[in-house]
Amino acid sequence: MTCADFLKELTDYLDAAIDESTRAELEDHLAWCHNCYVICNTTKKTIEIYRDSQLYELPEELRSRLEVAILSKCASKKNPSTT
Amino acid sequence: MAIIETKVRGAATDELALVQAAKGGDVSAFEELVKRYDRNVFRIAQHITQNREDAEDVVQDAFLKAYGNLEQFQGNSKFYTWLVRIAVNESLMKLRRRRTDRTVSLDEDIKTEEDTMPREIADWSPNPEQLYKQGELKDILRKTIQGLPASFRTVFVLRDVEGLSTEETAEALDLSIPAVKSRLLRARLQLRERLNKYFRKPRGGDGKK
Repeated sequence: MTCADFLKELTDYLDAAIDESTRAELEDHLAWCHNCYVICNTTKKTIEIYRDSQLYELPEELRSRLEVAILSKCASKKNPSTT
Repeated sequence: MAIIETKVRGAATDELALVQAAKGGDVSAFEELVKRYDRNVFRIAQHITQNREDAEDVVQDAFLKAYGNLEQFQGNSKFYTWLVRIAVNESLMKLRRRRTDRTVSLDEDIKTEEDTMPREIADWSPNPEQLYKQGELKDILRKTIQGLPASFRTVFVLRDVEGLSTEETAEALDLSIPAVKSRLLRARLQLRERLNKYFRKPRGGDGKK
């Protein structure tokens, strides 16, 4: 397995979406290829940081305002299917 | 090595019942759906449009469009996936309006073999997120993801931030599964590459990041 082969499978590997034998091949590659090991770890960390960082949370005050606006417009339509 | 866990969303057992009630004009049932998903829609819209006002508009427009088109929702997919599809389309329209070239598209797929090959392989500090104050870290992450093409950014946000499955992402974006996977790989690798300069281990003991 080359590093390019490894990279092609990286997304499925991180998402645990591969079969056992491919997984074993990838882990065998990781055991000796330091570069791919680093790429794999830092890519995983990239995903975790973005997932956990809550970059764009909706403030409660704005949330309430939006909900009121949405629901008052919905209520003004007698039946959703008539639009 | 631990595998990335998919974010688990609330169970959707009563969701179809809420949709049915809303179809019949029960606004309180629709209110429940709005409260369940408005934060998600806002995050997605803000990530795609990169503009707070646009994101606010998208939240309103997407829910109103969903309400007005509930009859079209057949229940073959989850309500949330259907809603995300509407929100993504509304967000892309906003983005196009702000761009002079108006070429923003999910089909945008800059295809080269090279861009999946990392240029710089640097190991990161053990807890890179602790190198910066929280506000500073968020600025770095926002600036970094803003630099990705909209098509990559959108796939990354749905899969890795919102936790949709590959299949749900494909359905929400009207893309094939291989197209989702290819964009996701490149989005992840490009973000990783761009974050190197902030998170890499200090070299040679000079104490600099």
